[in-house]
Amino acid sequence: MPESRAGEVLLRASRVSRSFGGLKAVDDVSVAVRQGTVHAVIGTNGAGKSTLINLLCGEIQASQGTVELLGHDVSRWSQPRRAQAGLGRSYQRNTIYAPFTVFENCRLSAQARLQRPWAWFTPASSCATTCAAASHALERTGLAAQAHLIAGTLSHGQKRQLEIAMCLATGPRVLVLDEPLAGMGAEESERMLALLEGLKAEHAILLVEHDMGAVFRVSDEITVMVNGRVIATGAPEEIRANAEVQTAYLGEEGAN
Amino acid sequence: MDPVVFLVQCLNAVQYGLLLFLVASGLTLIFGIMGVINLAHGSFYMIGAYMAYALAPLVEQTLGGGFFTTLAVSIVASVALGYLLEWAFFSYLYEREHLQQVLMTYALILVFEETRSILVGNDVHGVQAPEWLAGTLPLGELMTYPVYRLFISAVCVALVLALFWVITRTRLGMTVRAGASNREMVQAMGVDIKFLYRVVFSAGVALAALAGAIAAPVSSVYPGMGNQVLIVCFVVVVIGGIGSIRGALVAALLVGFVDTFGAVFFPQAAGVLVYLLMAAILLWRPEGLFRTV
Amino acid sequence: MRDLSSRVVPAVIAGLALAAFPMFGGKFAIDLVTKIMILAIFALSLELLVGQTGLVCFGHAAFLGIAAYTAALLTPQSGPAPLLALLPAAVLAAGGYALAVGALSLRTRGIYFIMVTLAFAQMAYYVFHDTKLGGGSDGIYVYYRPVLSVGDWQPFDLDGGHTFYYFVLVFLAFTFALLGFLVRSRFGRALAGIRVNEQRMRAAGFATYGYKLAAFVLAGMLAGLAGFLYALKDGFVSPELLSWHQSGAVLIMIILGGLGSLRGAVVGAFAFVLLQELFQSEAVFGALAQHWQLTLGFAIIACVALMPDGIVGAGRQFGRRVANLRRLRNA
Repeated sequence: MPESRAGEVLLRASRVSRSFGGLKAVDDVSVAVRQGTVHAVIGTNGAGKSTLINLLCGEIQASQGTVELLGHDVSRWSQPRRAQAGLGRSYQRNTIYAPFTVFENCRLSAQARLQRPWAWFTPASSCATTCAAASHALERTGLAAQAHLIAGTLSHGQKRQLEIAMCLATGPRVLVLDEPLAGMGAEESERMLALLEGLKAEHAILLVEHDMGAVFRVSDEITVMVNGRVIATGAPEEIRANAEVQTAYLGEEGAN
Repeated sequence: MDPVVFLVQCLNAVQYGLLLFLVASGLTLIFGIMGVINLAHGSFYMIGAYMAYALAPLVEQTLGGGFFTTLAVSIVASVALGYLLEWAFFSYLYEREHLQQVLMTYALILVFEETRSILVGNDVHGVQAPEWLAGTLPLGELMTYPVYRLFISAVCVALVLALFWVITRTRLGMTVRAGASNREMVQAMGVDIKFLYRVVFSAGVALAALAGAIAAPVSSVYPGMGNQVLIVCFVVVVIGGIGSIRGALVAALLVGFVDTFGAVFFPQAAGVLVYLLMAAILLWRPEGLFRTV
Repeated sequence: MRDLSSRVVPAVIAGLALAAFPMFGGKFAIDLVTKIMILAIFALSLELLVGQTGLVCFGHAAFLGIAAYTAALLTPQSGPAPLLALLPAAVLAAGGYALAVGALSLRTRGIYFIMVTLAFAQMAYYVFHDTKLGGGSDGIYVYYRPVLSVGDWQPFDLDGGHTFYYFVLVFLAFTFALLGFLVRSRFGRALAGIRVNEQRMRAAGFATYGYKLAAFVLAGMLAGLAGFLYALKDGFVSPELLSWHQSGAVLIMIILGGLGSLRGAVVGAFAFVLLQELFQSEAVFGALAQHWQLTLGFAIIACVALMPDGIVGAGRQFGRRVANLRRLRNA
């Protein structure tokens, strides 16, 4: 895959819409995420952020509009296919494999890139590539020391780190992160933000977060959603100054 | 096809479909609201039929009544059975995994079947319909149709209407519908969930047992009847969509027609047609025709 | 991960014990153990589906029965069929049905999947029970066990001595070893991931439908292997082989033995058949022996409620407690 230039749009949603019965969860939304940037999507509960993420990742299909990933139109692609093309996702709830070890969690995720399902007589643990990818992801997220623990026994903050590690293990180009800081204490949040800053250079990151301090600190671009529609998009200073955003959202949350 | 023969087959199809609906509605409600898959549901149908047979002489001796009194006693007994079962056994199954529920309720079938075997034996029995319903109605010039079958359909239609009225017009029905689409929310809203579950479960048992009892004069009473009806009810629930009463009704009638007319046109393949119908619907709508969510 | 030798050594010892058994057991016992070994293969095939992949299938007996009927129908009344043709035919017939049923059923989830697999098994049951395809409800006979001939030479005769017993034992060892490798391979780990969190696997990039279908077909073929052997054992096949009682029995076996372990499937098969023999024995249960299904029903309820991890799980817990006591005593 050719190296993309900084600033190139790697993930784009163009005028996507999705309804559930009578409820229009996402209405004519466009978002573009560039290489080397963090693009945050904020909004109150029920604004349609989760639906938007599901549309981008392929868990549900948009009824209108298109999704482009690395230049391809992936609107009709299934989630596994988009993941294979370089889209990584982390979830708001912990979706780690609790009974497996931390290492196996990452190794299994990495296996998605080198599946070899017919190799029945070779143990999975002997695969050098997936093990290396797992070790690398664990180091990046600071979990290398916990590699042999059972994932279910980790603290909440460590589980959130593992969420990200599993996402990184597949070697994605675009990261879609759903509230990675959820439930984290101050110190853990710091670590996570430092990680995101570090990941920025080689990836395009779409971030959904409620922690406004973190959002304004780490994002290069912010999109604000209310009731399924985008009411503003731009650099953090513009968003902070935007009157509509202030009344609709920041005013309720208390601007920092 | 002769129009009168066609009419007869239609009447049979509707009657079979409605009976299926009575049993399937309990199954789909119990799963939709309590999240329990109950393999033993067919056994309630069998129990109802055997009660119609076994209780008749007792009722005649003690209460002096006939068919309808036996029916009433059977309904009361099955509600009591449902209440007791839910309290003693099913309430422990709510939070368990599907596999455990499947095995526990499968074991329950074995217990019911063998208990019936010990109490009443394994023979096939007939049940007499009451005199005034035992006649036939003339249809066209040559054919007649048994009045009792019309009676079955009439009772089923009355129950369907009553069920729909309860579900759509009463508070209980509203809670049931809410519980079917969001169990946790209903609990969080302070509804006495235990009582609701017990009522729903007993109602499901009673419906299935009643179906068995009124079908008994037509289908006779035999050991395998519970299991047979159960699997067809599974097909009905899969086609109709879990938790949906409307879906169960549509699917039950659909199955009734496919089975009845299938037996006429393809007698060799009769048992298989219903499953082919299910396969076709699965290809088109894997979650059933009427999903609740 | 536990040490490899701690897994292999007990299996090898068990295998040797089974190999030595015909020297000690009488005819009835050998016949019983043969049946148990065949059911163990059946249980192992379901363990792949339920324990490893998390797909609760309540229609597994269909594959057992279809292979058995294929073996019976393809064996001529005049003489034996060739083994190298009959065995693949039976296994592929079961696999073919598994492919069709799996492709449709796997479009559903959870409770629907359980009901749909049961319904498709009933469909197969009715085909054999109601139609003339296989002698109807009376069943059909397998007149001759197949022969393996390489030119003029026949390496073994399945009718002689204990040959059939060892024939079955070899296939049990084969199945156990195959699945042993499989669960540790990439394919097996992917199946385990699907069991724990299928959504996560999809998010990582696994096309989970394909994996589940492959597991379903493989499980169906292994069940077909068991069915083939079953038909040969008594030389008789009846539609009851496809009944949901058979599907229920094999589910009980793997829960009884312990879900999530290959050893558990084999132990469960032994335990289940021996329990059945026990419950049916008038010497122990007297008049209740006739109604052994009642005792079985209560036993299942007790087992699921009290021993959710099965015999193997209980054994592990016991071992842990012994180790703890020892540690306390030495401290």
